[in-house]
Amino acid sequence: MINETKINIENLNLHIGKNHILKDINVQIPEKKLTVILGPSGCGKTTLLKSLNRLTDLYPEVKTQGRIFNGDEDILHPKTEITELRKKMGLLAQSPYPLPMSIYDNITYGLRISGRRKKRFLNKRVEYYLRQVSLWDEVKDRLKDPASALSIGQQQRLCLARGLSVDPDILLADEPTSALDPISSREVEELFVKLKQRYTIVMVTHILRQAKRVADYVIFMYLGEIIEHGPAEQIFEHPRNEITKSYIKGIYS
Amino acid sequence: MNRQLLRKSEELFYRVLMIISTVIIIIALLAIIISILVKGMPSLSWSMITQTPKGGYYFGKEGGILNAIIGSLYLSGGATLLALAVSLPLALYMNVHKLKQKNVVNSIRFFLDLLWGVPSIVYGAFGFTLMVLLGLRTSLLAGILTVTLFIIPIMVRSMDEVLKTVPKGLLESAFSLGSTRSETAFRVMLRQCIPGIITAILLAFGRAIGDAAAVLFTAGYTDYIPTSLSQPTATLPLSVFFQLSSPIPEVQNRAYASAVVLTVIVLIISIASRGFSMKYQKNKIK
Repeated sequence: MINETKINIENLNLHIGKNHILKDINVQIPEKKLTVILGPSGCGKTTLLKSLNRLTDLYPEVKTQGRIFNGDEDILHPKTEITELRKKMGLLAQSPYPLPMSIYDNITYGLRISGRRKKRFLNKRVEYYLRQVSLWDEVKDRLKDPASALSIGQQQRLCLARGLSVDPDILLADEPTSALDPISSREVEELFVKLKQRYTIVMVTHILRQAKRVADYVIFMYLGEIIEHGPAEQIFEHPRNEITKSYIKGIYS
Repeated sequence: MNRQLLRKSEELFYRVLMIISTVIIIIALLAIIISILVKGMPSLSWSMITQTPKGGYYFGKEGGILNAIIGSLYLSGGATLLALAVSLPLALYMNVHKLKQKNVVNSIRFFLDLLWGVPSIVYGAFGFTLMVLLGLRTSLLAGILTVTLFIIPIMVRSMDEVLKTVPKGLLESAFSLGSTRSETAFRVMLRQCIPGIITAILLAFGRAIGDAAAVLFTAGYTDYIPTSLSQPTATLPLSVFFQLSSPIPEVQNRAYASAVVLTVIVLIISIASRGFSMKYQKNKIK
Protein backbone atom coordinates (compact mmCIF):
# COMPACT_ATOMS: atom_id res chain seq x y z
CA MET A 1 0.00 0.00 0.00
CA ILE A 2 2.68 2.49 0.96
CA ASN A 3 4.90 3.44 -1.91
CA GLU A 4 8.10 5.31 -1.37
CA THR A 5 8.52 7.58 1.60
CA LYS A 6 8.64 11.24 0.67
CA ILE A 7 8.94 12.92 4.05
CA ASN A 8 10.40 11.20 7.05
CA ILE A 9 9.83 12.74 10.46
CA GLU A 10 12.10 11.53 13.24
CA ASN A 11 11.66 12.32 16.95
CA LEU A 12 10.10 15.71 16.33
CA ASN A 13 9.41 17.70 19.48
CA LEU A 14 8.16 21.25 19.44
CA HIS A 15 7.69 23.67 22.31
CA ILE A 16 6.07 27.07 22.29
CA GLY A 17 7.26 28.77 25.45
CA LYS A 18 6.54 26.24 28.17
CA ASN A 19 3.92 24.31 26.22
CA HIS A 20 4.90 21.03 24.68
CA ILE A 21 2.95 21.17 21.42
CA LEU A 22 4.32 18.23 19.43
CA LYS A 23 5.45 15.14 21.32
CA ASP A 24 7.85 12.59 19.82
CA ILE A 25 6.47 12.63 16.32
CA ASN A 26 7.75 9.74 14.22
CA VAL A 27 6.03 9.18 10.92
CA GLN A 28 6.63 8.67 7.20
CA ILE A 29 4.62 10.48 4.57
CA PRO A 30 4.26 8.48 1.34
CA GLU A 31 5.09 9.94 -2.05
CA LYS A 32 2.36 10.94 -4.50
CA LYS A 33 -0.43 10.13 -2.08
CA LEU A 34 -2.82 12.32 -0.22
CA THR A 35 -2.00 12.12 3.45
CA VAL A 36 -4.54 13.55 5.83
CA ILE A 37 -3.56 14.76 9.28
CA LEU A 38 -6.74 14.25 11.25
CA GLY A 39 -7.62 15.21 14.77
CA PRO A 40 -9.66 17.53 16.97
CA SER A 41 -8.94 21.27 17.08
CA GLY A 42 -5.85 22.28 19.01
CA CYS A 43 -4.08 18.94 18.77
CA GLY A 44 -1.05 20.29 16.89
CA LYS A 45 -2.03 19.40 13.32
CA THR A 46 -1.33 22.84 11.90
CA THR A 47 1.92 23.17 13.83
CA LEU A 48 3.08 19.84 12.43
CA LEU A 49 2.20 20.99 8.92
CA LYS A 50 4.01 24.32 9.36
CA SER A 51 7.09 22.51 10.67
CA LEU A 52 7.36 20.80 7.30
CA ASN A 53 8.33 24.01 5.50
CA ARG A 54 9.62 25.74 8.60
CA LEU A 55 6.98 28.44 8.73
CA THR A 56 7.37 27.85 12.45
CA ASP A 57 10.50 30.04 12.05
CA LEU A 58 8.18 33.03 11.96
CA TYR A 59 6.83 32.55 15.45
CA PRO A 60 8.57 33.74 18.58
CA GLU A 61 9.28 31.25 21.36
CA VAL A 62 9.04 28.20 19.11
CA LYS A 63 11.71 25.59 19.82
CA THR A 64 12.03 22.57 17.59
CA GLN A 65 14.03 19.39 18.12
CA GLY A 66 14.30 16.37 15.92
CA ARG A 67 14.71 15.82 12.22
CA ILE A 68 12.48 15.99 9.18
CA PHE A 69 13.89 14.51 6.00
CA ASN A 70 12.76 15.40 2.53
CA GLY A 71 14.72 12.82 0.57
CA ASP A 72 18.07 12.96 2.33
CA GLU A 73 17.88 16.65 3.17
CA ASP A 74 17.17 17.56 6.79
CA ILE A 75 14.58 20.34 6.67
CA LEU A 76 15.20 21.39 10.24
CA HIS A 77 18.96 21.63 9.90
CA PRO A 78 19.96 25.29 10.39
CA LYS A 79 22.17 25.22 7.30
CA THR A 80 19.39 24.05 4.98
CA GLU A 81 18.64 26.64 2.30
CA ILE A 82 15.13 27.40 3.45
CA THR A 83 13.90 29.44 0.47
CA GLU A 84 14.77 26.66 -1.97
CA LEU A 85 13.13 24.17 0.31
CA ARG A 86 9.94 26.19 0.50
CA LYS A 87 9.75 26.38 -3.28
CA LYS A 88 9.44 22.62 -3.29
CA MET A 89 6.32 22.88 -1.14
CA GLY A 90 3.19 24.74 -2.12
CA LEU A 91 1.08 25.96 0.78
CA LEU A 92 -2.64 26.47 0.96
CA ALA A 93 -3.76 28.22 4.12
CA GLN A 94 -7.05 28.08 6.02
CA SER A 95 -8.32 31.23 4.44
CA PRO A 96 -6.96 32.51 1.17
CA TYR A 97 -4.23 35.14 1.28
CA PRO A 98 -3.59 36.28 -2.26
CA LEU A 99 -0.65 38.66 -2.60
CA PRO A 100 -1.54 42.37 -2.78
CA MET A 101 -1.22 42.54 -6.56
CA SER A 102 -3.07 41.54 -9.71
CA ILE A 103 -4.31 38.02 -10.50
CA TYR A 104 -1.59 37.73 -13.14
CA ASP A 105 1.16 38.90 -10.79
CA ASN A 106 0.02 36.49 -8.11
CA ILE A 107 0.86 33.57 -10.37
CA THR A 108 4.07 35.06 -11.77
CA TYR A 109 5.43 36.23 -8.40
CA GLY A 110 7.08 32.92 -7.57
CA LEU A 111 8.51 32.61 -11.08
CA ARG A 112 9.87 36.14 -11.08
CA ILE A 113 11.66 35.77 -7.75
CA SER A 114 13.27 32.66 -9.26
CA GLY A 115 14.53 34.81 -12.10
CA ARG A 116 12.04 33.91 -14.86
CA ARG A 117 11.15 37.18 -16.60
CA LYS A 118 10.29 36.37 -20.24
CA LYS A 119 6.83 37.70 -20.97
CA ARG A 120 5.82 34.85 -23.27
CA PHE A 121 6.92 32.21 -20.82
CA LEU A 122 5.05 33.92 -17.98
CA ASN A 123 1.86 34.30 -20.05
CA LYS A 124 1.89 30.60 -20.84
CA ARG A 125 2.48 29.60 -17.24
CA VAL A 126 -0.33 31.83 -15.99
CA GLU A 127 -2.79 30.19 -18.35
CA TYR A 128 -1.49 26.72 -17.57
CA TYR A 129 -1.78 27.03 -13.80
CA LEU A 130 -5.09 28.85 -13.87
CA ARG A 131 -6.46 26.00 -16.02
CA GLN A 132 -5.08 23.50 -13.50
CA VAL A 133 -7.38 24.97 -10.87
CA SER A 134 -10.26 25.57 -13.35
CA LEU A 135 -10.07 29.31 -12.84
CA TRP A 136 -8.91 30.34 -16.31
CA ASP A 137 -12.35 30.73 -17.89
CA GLU A 138 -13.58 32.78 -14.96
CA VAL A 139 -10.72 35.28 -14.91
CA LYS A 140 -9.07 35.28 -18.35
CA ASP A 141 -10.56 38.69 -19.25
CA ARG A 142 -9.46 40.38 -16.07
CA LEU A 143 -6.01 39.10 -15.29
CA LYS A 144 -4.85 42.61 -14.44
CA ASP A 145 -7.54 43.11 -11.80
CA PRO A 146 -6.50 42.98 -8.16
CA ALA A 147 -6.70 39.48 -6.72
CA SER A 148 -8.64 40.87 -3.78
CA ALA A 149 -11.60 41.47 -6.12
CA LEU A 150 -12.19 37.71 -6.55
CA SER A 151 -14.65 35.76 -4.42
CA ILE A 152 -13.23 33.80 -1.50
CA GLY A 153 -13.58 30.50 -3.34
CA GLN A 154 -11.83 31.90 -6.41
CA GLN A 155 -9.12 33.39 -4.21
CA GLN A 156 -8.47 30.00 -2.66
CA ARG A 157 -8.12 28.40 -6.09
CA LEU A 158 -5.85 31.27 -7.14
CA CYS A 159 -3.70 30.58 -4.08
CA LEU A 160 -3.53 26.93 -5.07
CA ALA A 161 -2.47 27.90 -8.61
CA ARG A 162 0.11 30.24 -7.11
CA GLY A 163 1.42 27.41 -4.95
CA LEU A 164 1.70 25.17 -8.02
CA SER A 165 3.47 27.87 -10.03
CA VAL A 166 6.83 27.36 -8.32
CA ASP A 167 6.70 23.73 -9.44
CA PRO A 168 6.75 22.05 -6.05
CA ASP A 169 6.54 18.33 -5.52
CA ILE A 170 4.79 18.61 -2.19
CA LEU A 171 1.55 20.46 -1.43
CA LEU A 172 0.72 21.44 2.13
CA ALA A 173 -2.88 22.34 2.87
CA ASP A 174 -4.14 23.61 6.18
CA GLU A 175 -7.89 23.04 6.36
CA PRO A 176 -8.11 24.46 2.85
CA THR A 177 -11.89 24.43 2.69
CA SER A 178 -12.77 25.74 6.12
CA ALA A 179 -13.44 29.32 4.98
CA LEU A 180 -15.31 28.33 1.83
CA ASP A 181 -18.94 27.81 0.94
CA PRO A 182 -20.04 24.22 0.18
CA ILE A 183 -19.73 24.53 -3.60
CA SER A 184 -16.26 26.07 -3.51
CA SER A 185 -15.25 23.50 -0.90
CA ARG A 186 -16.27 20.71 -3.20
CA GLU A 187 -14.33 22.29 -6.08
CA VAL A 188 -11.16 22.62 -4.04
CA GLU A 189 -11.53 19.10 -2.69
CA GLU A 190 -11.92 17.68 -6.19
CA LEU A 191 -8.82 19.57 -7.28
CA PHE A 192 -6.83 17.85 -4.57
CA VAL A 193 -8.07 14.45 -5.66
CA LYS A 194 -7.01 15.32 -9.21
CA LEU A 195 -3.61 16.62 -8.13
CA LYS A 196 -2.63 13.74 -5.90
CA GLN A 197 -1.39 11.65 -8.82
CA ARG A 198 1.35 14.17 -9.42
CA TYR A 199 2.07 15.67 -6.03
CA THR A 200 2.68 14.48 -2.52
CA ILE A 201 -0.14 16.15 -0.64
CA VAL A 202 -0.38 16.68 3.11
CA MET A 203 -3.76 18.01 4.16
CA VAL A 204 -4.82 19.00 7.65
CA THR A 205 -8.48 18.64 8.41
CA HIS A 206 -10.81 18.08 11.29
CA ILE A 207 -13.69 17.18 9.01
CA LEU A 208 -14.03 13.43 9.20
CA ARG A 209 -16.20 13.09 6.11
CA GLN A 210 -13.74 15.09 4.05
CA ALA A 211 -10.90 12.91 5.26
CA LYS A 212 -12.85 9.79 4.25
CA ARG A 213 -13.50 11.23 0.79
CA VAL A 214 -9.94 12.19 -0.07
CA ALA A 215 -7.39 10.35 2.07
CA ASP A 216 -5.01 7.63 0.96
CA TYR A 217 -3.10 7.68 4.18
CA VAL A 218 -4.16 8.99 7.57
CA ILE A 219 -2.24 10.36 10.53
CA PHE A 220 -4.47 10.68 13.55
CA MET A 221 -3.32 13.12 16.21
CA TYR A 222 -4.58 13.83 19.67
CA LEU A 223 -3.11 16.32 22.18
CA GLY A 224 0.18 16.69 20.34
CA GLU A 225 0.82 13.01 19.84
CA ILE A 226 0.35 10.73 16.88
CA ILE A 227 -2.12 8.14 18.12
CA GLU A 228 -2.28 6.05 15.00
CA HIS A 229 -1.26 6.23 11.38
CA GLY A 230 -1.75 4.01 8.39
CA PRO A 231 -3.57 3.53 5.09
CA ALA A 232 -7.00 5.16 4.99
CA GLU A 233 -9.12 1.97 4.94
CA GLN A 234 -7.27 0.53 7.87
CA ILE A 235 -7.73 3.65 10.01
CA PHE A 236 -11.35 4.17 9.07
CA GLU A 237 -12.47 0.53 9.02
CA HIS A 238 -10.30 -1.11 11.64
CA PRO A 239 -8.80 1.47 13.97
CA ARG A 240 -6.66 -0.17 16.63
CA ASN A 241 -6.60 2.54 19.23
CA GLU A 242 -9.55 3.38 21.50
CA ILE A 243 -9.20 7.15 20.96
CA THR A 244 -9.14 6.73 17.18
CA LYS A 245 -12.20 4.49 17.39
CA SER A 246 -14.23 7.00 19.32
CA TYR A 247 -13.12 9.90 17.09
CA ILE A 248 -14.15 8.01 14.00
CA LYS A 249 -17.47 7.12 15.57
CA GLY A 250 -17.91 10.85 16.05
CA ILE A 251 -17.55 11.22 19.78
CA TYR A 252 -15.03 14.05 19.48
CA SER A 253 -15.40 16.56 16.75
CA MET B 1 -36.90 47.42 35.16
CA ASN B 2 -34.44 49.31 37.31
CA ARG B 3 -31.54 47.61 35.57
CA GLN B 4 -32.82 48.64 32.20
CA LEU B 5 -33.06 52.23 33.35
CA LEU B 6 -29.47 52.05 34.53
CA ARG B 7 -28.28 50.72 31.21
CA LYS B 8 -30.20 53.39 29.35
CA SER B 9 -28.74 56.19 31.43
CA GLU B 10 -25.27 54.72 31.00
CA GLU B 11 -25.82 54.74 27.25
CA LEU B 12 -27.03 58.32 27.43
CA PHE B 13 -24.07 59.38 29.56
CA TYR B 14 -21.49 58.07 27.12
CA ARG B 15 -23.32 59.42 24.15
CA VAL B 16 -23.40 62.91 25.65
CA LEU B 17 -19.72 62.57 26.54
CA MET B 18 -18.84 61.74 22.94
CA ILE B 19 -20.93 64.55 21.53
CA ILE B 20 -19.34 67.07 23.89
CA SER B 21 -15.82 65.90 22.96
CA THR B 22 -16.59 66.10 19.26
CA VAL B 23 -18.01 69.60 19.63
CA ILE B 24 -14.99 70.80 21.62
CA ILE B 25 -12.60 69.55 18.98
CA ILE B 26 -14.54 71.02 16.09
CA ILE B 27 -14.84 74.39 17.84
CA ALA B 28 -11.12 74.47 18.67
CA LEU B 29 -10.21 73.64 15.09
CA LEU B 30 -12.58 76.20 13.62
CA ALA B 31 -11.41 78.84 16.08
CA ILE B 32 -7.79 78.38 15.03
CA ILE B 33 -8.56 78.43 11.33
CA ILE B 34 -10.95 81.38 11.54
CA SER B 35 -8.61 83.46 13.68
CA ILE B 36 -5.63 83.05 11.34
CA LEU B 37 -7.87 83.66 8.34
CA VAL B 38 -9.46 86.81 9.82
CA LYS B 39 -6.13 88.27 10.88
CA GLY B 40 -4.08 86.98 8.00
CA MET B 41 -6.25 87.34 4.91
CA PRO B 42 -6.12 91.17 4.76
CA SER B 43 -2.31 91.05 4.69
CA LEU B 44 -2.14 88.13 2.30
CA SER B 45 -1.38 89.34 -1.18
CA TRP B 46 0.19 88.03 -4.32
CA SER B 47 3.42 89.84 -3.57
CA MET B 48 3.48 88.17 -0.16
CA ILE B 49 4.00 84.75 -1.70
CA THR B 50 6.06 85.76 -4.74
CA GLN B 51 8.62 88.17 -3.28
CA THR B 52 11.39 88.02 -0.75
CA PRO B 53 11.20 90.45 2.24
CA LYS B 54 12.00 94.11 1.81
CA GLY B 55 13.26 96.05 4.82
CA GLY B 56 14.11 93.07 7.00
CA TYR B 57 11.91 90.37 8.46
CA TYR B 58 11.52 92.29 11.71
CA PHE B 59 10.43 95.65 10.37
CA GLY B 60 9.60 94.98 6.75
CA LYS B 61 6.06 95.87 5.69
CA GLU B 62 6.83 95.33 2.05
CA GLY B 63 7.81 92.31 0.04
CA GLY B 64 6.87 88.77 0.93
CA ILE B 65 7.87 85.50 2.49
CA LEU B 66 8.99 83.60 -0.60
CA ASN B 67 12.33 83.00 1.11
CA ALA B 68 10.54 81.19 3.94
CA ILE B 69 8.19 79.23 1.67
CA ILE B 70 11.02 77.96 -0.52
CA GLY B 71 13.29 77.48 2.49
CA SER B 72 10.66 75.44 4.34
CA LEU B 73 9.97 73.26 1.31
CA TYR B 74 13.69 72.64 0.73
CA LEU B 75 14.27 71.89 4.36
CA SER B 76 11.32 69.60 5.03
CA GLY B 77 11.60 67.98 1.61
CA GLY B 78 15.26 67.19 2.16
CA ALA B 79 14.70 66.00 5.70
CA THR B 80 11.74 63.82 4.65
CA LEU B 81 13.76 62.14 1.90
CA LEU B 82 16.72 61.52 4.20
CA ALA B 83 14.46 60.22 6.97
CA LEU B 84 12.64 57.97 4.48
CA ALA B 85 15.93 56.40 3.42
CA VAL B 86 16.52 55.37 7.03
CA SER B 87 12.98 54.77 8.28
CA LEU B 88 11.50 52.50 5.63
CA PRO B 89 14.29 49.91 5.80
CA LEU B 90 14.22 50.01 9.60
CA ALA B 91 10.44 49.62 9.80
CA LEU B 92 10.50 46.71 7.35
CA TYR B 93 13.44 45.14 9.16
CA MET B 94 11.56 45.27 12.45
CA ASN B 95 8.47 43.66 10.98
CA VAL B 96 9.90 41.08 8.61
CA HIS B 97 13.46 40.17 9.52
CA LYS B 98 13.11 40.43 13.27
CA LEU B 99 9.71 38.80 13.37
CA LYS B 100 10.91 36.16 15.75
CA GLN B 101 12.87 38.38 18.14
CA LYS B 102 9.94 40.13 19.77
CA ASN B 103 12.18 41.48 22.54
CA VAL B 104 14.56 43.20 20.16
CA VAL B 105 11.72 44.79 18.22
CA ASN B 106 9.95 45.91 21.37
CA SER B 107 13.08 47.57 22.72
CA ILE B 108 13.58 49.38 19.40
CA ARG B 109 9.96 50.54 19.66
CA PHE B 110 10.50 51.70 23.22
CA PHE B 111 13.53 53.81 22.31
CA LEU B 112 11.81 55.29 19.29
CA ASP B 113 8.85 56.24 21.46
CA LEU B 114 11.23 57.93 23.90
CA LEU B 115 12.82 59.85 21.02
CA TRP B 116 9.36 60.78 19.72
CA GLY B 117 8.68 62.37 23.09
CA VAL B 118 11.86 64.47 23.13
CA PRO B 119 10.91 68.15 22.55
CA SER B 120 12.14 69.58 19.26
CA ILE B 121 14.10 72.34 21.00
CA VAL B 122 16.29 69.60 22.46
CA TYR B 123 16.95 68.33 18.94
CA GLY B 124 17.76 71.92 18.01
CA ALA B 125 20.25 72.19 20.86
CA PHE B 126 21.74 68.80 19.98
CA GLY B 127 22.02 69.81 16.34
CA PHE B 128 23.75 73.00 17.41
CA THR B 129 26.29 71.06 19.50
CA LEU B 130 26.90 68.78 16.56
CA MET B 131 27.47 71.78 14.28
CA VAL B 132 29.99 73.28 16.65
CA LEU B 133 31.75 69.93 16.78
CA LEU B 134 31.83 69.59 13.00
CA GLY B 135 32.60 73.25 12.37
CA LEU B 136 29.35 73.81 10.43
CA ARG B 137 27.68 77.22 10.38
CA THR B 138 23.91 77.71 10.49
CA SER B 139 22.89 76.36 7.13
CA LEU B 140 20.27 74.50 5.15
CA LEU B 141 22.35 71.34 5.57
CA ALA B 142 22.53 71.63 9.36
CA GLY B 143 18.79 72.30 9.44
CA ILE B 144 18.02 69.31 7.25
CA LEU B 145 20.16 67.00 9.37
CA THR B 146 18.59 68.14 12.63
CA VAL B 147 15.03 67.89 11.32
CA THR B 148 15.83 64.46 9.88
CA LEU B 149 16.83 63.23 13.33
CA PHE B 150 13.69 64.80 14.74
CA ILE B 151 11.27 63.11 12.31
CA ILE B 152 12.89 59.66 12.03
CA PRO B 153 11.17 58.31 15.18
CA ILE B 154 7.83 59.68 13.97
CA MET B 155 8.22 58.13 10.55
CA VAL B 156 9.50 54.75 11.74
CA ARG B 157 6.82 54.33 14.37
CA SER B 158 3.98 55.35 12.04
CA MET B 159 5.22 52.92 9.39
CA ASP B 160 5.70 50.28 12.06
CA GLU B 161 2.09 50.62 13.21
CA VAL B 162 0.93 50.09 9.63
CA LEU B 163 3.22 47.12 9.00
CA LYS B 164 2.12 45.50 12.25
CA THR B 165 -1.39 45.15 10.89
CA VAL B 166 -0.34 42.89 7.99
CA PRO B 167 -2.03 39.52 8.50
CA LYS B 168 0.36 36.71 9.40
CA GLY B 169 -1.20 34.57 6.69
CA LEU B 170 0.00 36.97 4.01
CA LEU B 171 3.56 36.71 5.30
CA GLU B 172 3.28 32.94 5.37
CA SER B 173 2.02 32.96 1.77
CA ALA B 174 4.97 35.04 0.65
CA PHE B 175 7.50 32.91 2.52
CA SER B 176 6.01 29.64 1.37
CA LEU B 177 6.57 30.71 -2.24
CA GLY B 178 10.25 30.77 -1.45
CA SER B 179 10.67 34.52 -0.95
CA THR B 180 13.64 35.66 1.05
CA ARG B 181 12.92 38.04 3.88
CA SER B 182 13.91 41.04 1.80
CA GLU B 183 11.71 39.96 -1.10
CA THR B 184 8.83 39.55 1.31
CA ALA B 185 9.54 43.00 2.75
CA PHE B 186 9.90 44.96 -0.46
CA ARG B 187 7.64 43.09 -2.85
CA VAL B 188 4.76 42.08 -0.59
CA MET B 189 4.73 44.06 2.66
CA LEU B 190 5.52 47.34 0.95
CA ARG B 191 2.75 46.88 -1.62
CA GLN B 192 0.23 45.87 1.00
CA CYS B 193 1.08 48.89 3.13
CA ILE B 194 1.73 51.56 0.52
CA PRO B 195 -1.27 53.72 1.51
CA GLY B 196 -0.28 53.70 5.17
CA ILE B 197 3.36 54.32 4.35
CA ILE B 198 2.51 57.36 2.25
CA THR B 199 0.45 58.66 5.14
CA ALA B 200 3.41 58.10 7.49
CA ILE B 201 5.76 59.99 5.15
CA LEU B 202 3.41 62.94 4.88
CA LEU B 203 2.75 62.98 8.60
CA ALA B 204 6.50 63.29 9.12
CA PHE B 205 6.67 65.98 6.44
CA GLY B 206 3.93 67.89 8.24
CA ARG B 207 5.89 67.76 11.48
CA ALA B 208 9.06 68.83 9.70
CA ILE B 209 7.52 71.83 8.00
CA GLY B 210 5.67 72.97 11.10
CA ASP B 211 8.51 72.92 13.56
CA ALA B 212 10.29 76.10 14.63
CA ALA B 213 12.51 75.02 17.52
CA ALA B 214 14.64 72.45 15.69
CA VAL B 215 15.62 74.94 12.98
CA LEU B 216 16.07 78.00 15.19
CA PHE B 217 19.77 77.44 15.90
CA THR B 218 20.57 75.16 13.02
CA ALA B 219 19.09 76.60 9.83
CA GLY B 220 19.23 80.22 10.99
CA TYR B 221 17.23 82.87 9.23
CA THR B 222 17.80 85.04 6.20
CA ASP B 223 15.97 87.29 3.77
CA TYR B 224 17.33 85.42 0.80
CA ILE B 225 16.46 82.16 -0.89
CA PRO B 226 19.33 79.70 -0.27
CA THR B 227 21.25 78.67 -3.37
CA SER B 228 23.41 76.03 -1.71
CA LEU B 229 23.31 73.65 1.23
CA SER B 230 25.86 75.68 3.15
CA GLN B 231 23.76 78.86 3.23
CA PRO B 232 21.35 79.63 6.04
CA THR B 233 17.68 79.47 5.16
CA ALA B 234 14.41 81.01 6.31
CA THR B 235 11.49 78.82 7.33
CA LEU B 236 7.78 79.54 7.66
CA PRO B 237 7.39 78.83 11.39
CA LEU B 238 10.31 81.13 12.15
CA SER B 239 8.96 83.83 9.91
CA VAL B 240 5.68 83.63 11.86
CA PHE B 241 7.73 83.86 15.05
CA PHE B 242 9.79 86.89 13.98
CA GLN B 243 6.91 88.75 12.40
CA LEU B 244 4.77 88.20 15.47
CA SER B 245 7.46 89.52 17.79
CA SER B 246 7.84 92.69 15.71
CA PRO B 247 6.67 95.92 17.42
CA ILE B 248 4.90 97.07 14.24
CA PRO B 249 1.20 96.00 13.98
CA GLU B 250 1.28 95.61 10.16
CA VAL B 251 4.18 93.22 10.44
CA GLN B 252 2.35 91.32 13.18
CA ASN B 253 -0.59 90.82 10.85
CA ARG B 254 1.77 89.51 8.22
CA ALA B 255 2.59 86.73 10.71
CA TYR B 256 -0.98 85.50 10.38
CA ALA B 257 -0.70 85.62 6.62
CA SER B 258 2.42 83.45 6.89
CA ALA B 259 0.46 81.10 9.14
CA VAL B 260 -2.25 80.86 6.49
CA VAL B 261 0.37 79.95 3.88
CA LEU B 262 1.85 77.30 6.18
CA THR B 263 -1.60 75.86 6.93
CA VAL B 264 -2.51 75.75 3.25
CA ILE B 265 0.71 73.89 2.42
CA VAL B 266 -0.01 71.30 5.12
CA LEU B 267 -3.59 71.02 3.88
CA ILE B 268 -2.49 70.42 0.30
CA ILE B 269 -0.06 67.75 1.51
CA SER B 270 -2.70 65.90 3.50
CA ILE B 271 -5.25 66.02 0.70
CA ALA B 272 -2.62 64.73 -1.70
CA SER B 273 -1.81 61.91 0.71
CA ARG B 274 -5.47 60.88 0.81
CA GLY B 275 -5.49 60.82 -2.97
CA PHE B 276 -2.39 58.63 -3.14
CA SER B 277 -3.73 56.28 -0.48
CA MET B 278 -6.96 55.79 -2.38
CA LYS B 279 -5.08 55.14 -5.60
CA TYR B 280 -2.92 52.39 -4.14
CA GLN B 281 -5.65 50.87 -2.00
CA LYS B 282 -7.03 48.59 -4.68
CA ASN B 283 -4.54 45.75 -4.38
CA LYS B 284 -4.69 45.62 -0.62
CA ILE B 285 -5.65 42.32 0.97
CA LYS B 286 -8.06 42.65 3.85
